[in-house]
Amino acid sequence: MVDTKTAFEKAPAPRGFSVARLLRANRKLLFPLAAFLLILLGNWLISPNFFNVRLVEGRLLGSLVDIFNRGAPTVLLAIGMTLVIATKGIDLSVGAVIAICGAVAAVLISETELSPVVVIIISLGAGLLCGLWNGVLVAVFDIQPFIATLILMVVGRGIAQLITEGQIAVFNNPTLEFIGKGVVLGLPFPILLSAFVFILVLVFVRRTAIGLLIESVGSNDRASYYAGIDARAIKLLVYVISGLCAAVAGLIITADIKGADANNAGLWLELDAVLAVVIGGTLLSGGRFYLGLSVIGALIIQSIQTGIFVSGLPPTFNLIVQALVILAILFLQSDDFRRPFARLFQRLRRHS
Amino acid sequence: MVDQVPLLQTQKLTKTFGSVHALAQVDFNLYAGEVHAVLGENGAGKSTLVKLITGVYHKDDGTILLDGQSIHPQNPHDAQSLGISAVYQEINLVPTLSVAENIYLGHQPTRFGFINMRRVNAQAKALLQTYNLDIDVTRTLSTYSVAIQQIVAIARGIDMSAKVLILDEPTASLDAAEVQMLFKVMRTLTAQGIAIILITHFLDQVYQIADRITVLRNGEKVGEQLVKDLPKRQLISLMLGREFAEIAAAGESVAPPISADAFVQARGLARKGMLQPFDLRIAKGEIVGLAGLLGSGRTEAAQLLFGIVHSDAGEVQVKGQRITLKSPRDAVRHGFALCPEDRKVEGIIPELTVRENIILALQAKQGWFDFLSTARQEAIAQEMITALRIVTPDSSKPVGELSGGNQQKVILARWLAAQPEFLILDEPTRGIDVGAHAEIINIIKRLCSEGLALLVISSELSEVVDYSNRVVVLRDRQKLTELTGDDINETTVMRAIAEK
Amino acid sequence: MRSRKLLFSVLVLMLVMFGVFATAFAQEGGGAGLTIGFSQVGSESAWRTSFTEAVIAEAEARGINLLFSDGQQRQENQIAALRSFIAQGVDAIILAPVVETGWDEVLQEAADNEIPVVIVDRNVTADPSLYITRVSSDFVHEGRLAAAWLVQATAGQCDIVELQGTVGSSAALDRQQGFNDVIALFPNMQIVQSQSGDFTRTNGKEVMESFLNAVDPSTICAVWAHNDDMLIGAIEAMKEAGLDPAQDILTISVDAIPDIFQAMVDGDANATVELSPNMGGPAFDAVVAYLAGETLPAWIPVAGGIYFPDTAAEELAARSGS
Repeated sequence: MVDTKTAFEKAPAPRGFSVARLLRANRKLLFPLAAFLLILLGNWLISPNFFNVRLVEGRLLGSLVDIFNRGAPTVLLAIGMTLVIATKGIDLSVGAVIAICGAVAAVLISETELSPVVVIIISLGAGLLCGLWNGVLVAVFDIQPFIATLILMVVGRGIAQLITEGQIAVFNNPTLEFIGKGVVLGLPFPILLSAFVFILVLVFVRRTAIGLLIESVGSNDRASYYAGIDARAIKLLVYVISGLCAAVAGLIITADIKGADANNAGLWLELDAVLAVVIGGTLLSGGRFYLGLSVIGALIIQSIQTGIFVSGLPPTFNLIVQALVILAILFLQSDDFRRPFARLFQRLRRHS
Repeated sequence: MVDQVPLLQTQKLTKTFGSVHALAQVDFNLYAGEVHAVLGENGAGKSTLVKLITGVYHKDDGTILLDGQSIHPQNPHDAQSLGISAVYQEINLVPTLSVAENIYLGHQPTRFGFINMRRVNAQAKALLQTYNLDIDVTRTLSTYSVAIQQIVAIARGIDMSAKVLILDEPTASLDAAEVQMLFKVMRTLTAQGIAIILITHFLDQVYQIADRITVLRNGEKVGEQLVKDLPKRQLISLMLGREFAEIAAAGESVAPPISADAFVQARGLARKGMLQPFDLRIAKGEIVGLAGLLGSGRTEAAQLLFGIVHSDAGEVQVKGQRITLKSPRDAVRHGFALCPEDRKVEGIIPELTVRENIILALQAKQGWFDFLSTARQEAIAQEMITALRIVTPDSSKPVGELSGGNQQKVILARWLAAQPEFLILDEPTRGIDVGAHAEIINIIKRLCSEGLALLVISSELSEVVDYSNRVVVLRDRQKLTELTGDDINETTVMRAIAEK
Repeated sequence: MRSRKLLFSVLVLMLVMFGVFATAFAQEGGGAGLTIGFSQVGSESAWRTSFTEAVIAEAEARGINLLFSDGQQRQENQIAALRSFIAQGVDAIILAPVVETGWDEVLQEAADNEIPVVIVDRNVTADPSLYITRVSSDFVHEGRLAAAWLVQATAGQCDIVELQGTVGSSAALDRQQGFNDVIALFPNMQIVQSQSGDFTRTNGKEVMESFLNAVDPSTICAVWAHNDDMLIGAIEAMKEAGLDPAQDILTISVDAIPDIFQAMVDGDANATVELSPNMGGPAFDAVVAYLAGETLPAWIPVAGGIYFPDTAAEELAARSGS
């Protein structure tokens, strides 16, 4: 399960952990968390058995489980996207990378004798290559990240279609399917996998200097270069991580339906990932990033989606409801929007 | 102009940020038709005062009176409609628009609801002629010099409201002739009864243009005098809260123990269009000054030595060994460090904390995986904050929120923390107030005595002459001469620069 | 009970007649030497790909010079393709539109250049005088057929969950309408949950999961999916929820793609209505007939049948072979 406490990774670490103190120290953390809880609460009001979880054949079922399970791909993309955005970049290609890596895995497993582990490694390798491609365009050739990753976004789906020959490439392989459908301790495997990747990346960037150097490059890349930081390598690294995260997401999505759908796998998911990062408080202008909060952002998006599905609302309203809820969250995060309410609240308190 | 009612007056104006008193009970009086200089060290409260008057901040206590009426500007726009305009160091104009468009942006003369471009241009031209500026107003603003841009900004401000004009460091990027042009404009304005608040670090200019001085220190007003009644020495003592003799004494030079072997040596270092073949040798414990006018190749020499740009001829040796310099990383690895000229663009990482900024170069040197623990970082940061007297509430304040002088110190601290053997300082005292200026020069001398090899680039000749063991003079991207020993004084350096 | 059976028989008769009418119009061959531009939506599904392949194969067999353009699911690409066909002076244009609206201007341009246009697959809202005819599957018919089967299979008593296609697409709207028209005749059949699965497997699975959480799965009698892909996703969801698809919950969907036959072979699906991808032949016939001066009906429907597990293995072999 995703540990929300890790969202506080950037706050100064006092001896003796206190959530209240940390929240006071960094109010930024409060809003995504509050928004998430509010949406869950809203879902519960709409659908009273929202929090019901039942155990069927050793597998936990329920809307809450669905949110974490269905949200896993977006969570993974948001993790990679956070690091990319922290360097003042953006990776629009992740949706297409999902399609490529899914296609690679599905085609290799059904048409060759390779062992599933090798197939998974090759598929991750494809994601790494995609990330490296983006990274080289951005870091070495100094192409605007928006344009550089747009190239793969457009071409990527074509590549995936070439791999699957325009069909949905289906397969039957229990090991590969396990990534999307497996159950460990009652929990769907994608939940555990995304949590594992989250912790891995968190440790990788926060227990080393990499996180600091990413923030430095994102905040002022020229000054970072002057300070002796290899800004190029840092940029290359974040796109590679993003590509790898997308590859894992691609494996989950592909394994989930036992088939690689080059046209639809991960379609528009890059935008959800960017939105998750923004909800989590990382600025598109780079600098400080908050991995844990991006994960919360991704879960917020998924919980809105799941909430709409169980609400019984006609599907015509899906996008409008989604947009309104997200708008409300972004307003909640805006200081300028909150200020009048805060003042009103103060006045009321003074009067009472 | 004395003994009249002030045009703009603040009474017991107070503003606090958290526990810091940015401004405490300040009474400030501005009379019509005067140039009133507000002076003080960084963090003294000058910009807070200006921002309160222009509505960027809102006062906690006290009153602001304009023509005897209490005013409450909510934002700069509000202040402008009351008659108070400010022109900042970073000119808030749109460089890609024409001069005329910039002047009338947002309040263009219109005809039938459409902007009447011909009238805009004609009005703009006429307006600028009142400032003795006869230029093509249809040209893009960015094609003009900073001085002209500054005057355009002033013209825009004055055109919109014409009682109080605030100029924040207007001369920082102007040359001497341009400064005089600006002063002429200022005199034209005061003659019309406009009151000007001038904020600057250039004390000489204060004595040239200002009528009255208010000195702030630590958020409090410590003096208000007519310029003619306040000698420079006394002014500096007021600003620093110390006697001038003290400051001078602290700067006594240390005997230069020059070791014979060069630590770093450049031979024929050159790059086409940037620098002619350039020789330099610096030993440990030696300070070499690099003098020359702006554009003489001073900064370019530093960039070549630090691997920011690649040389196409010549070589750099460290302790007699030739090294390759492909990036600042290479330079750092060989014990080099560079405090760049452009603090904002090349120096600070504004969003990161003071602590993170200080340990950044050391961390970059150590690599990605040898991460300094928070405790180590804090220890280094505290040591530097104390040693360099960096004024900050704590080490976790984003460095972008510090004043310019303190930012400069943080960058210096960053490089000292990386324990370099060869330090290049490009304009270490630019845009810094008097107190920090003296401190930084003392630090430079101390570092030298601790065995660092130093290369200092500065436009302040008196400064270069003061601490350098040797002075290299550049002109037109070429090394002219190298002065040593008794030859080093302002006159010789000037003569070297000017000589044909 | 008897009246209900009667009603059902009438319904089936109607449908069969419809099919006969559709096939009766079909002519053989013709069109050699013509240059015809074909603007396809894209290649977003397996069905779409086989549709494209069928048109290309048919053109080749007839000796038609076919200019093919893939619109990548964007109307502006398709409009650009149409303009380029017009500029090249083709003999006729076949348009498979991605959306229904916004075609008036470019169709007018074609008409001005006297280039006949045949609309295939999805509909357009433009003035019918701007194109010579429309060749398409009858989505309403498919919905009716699906409902008719479900009525028969459940004796008119069923709580249905519906996986809709992409919101606003004519396939989704018409299939829903055809299906609802039929079940409206049976008071004990109702749709209890309905959401859009966007015609994709992933979303079909996700929506089905949420249905299974929102209502007690044992009360669901059947799942009706607007295409096979969503149903295949739904089958996964049912299995993961410990249900036996096709047994615990009946399935009915539209398209007849190879994978649904595989699912039938595996005992996971009950029935699929074919969405015929063979629209190339009738479209070319229409062009030939028009150029020969014949009058055409405004709409030439292409009907598909309904398939069950008993023939699934053969169909799978036949379809995956091609």
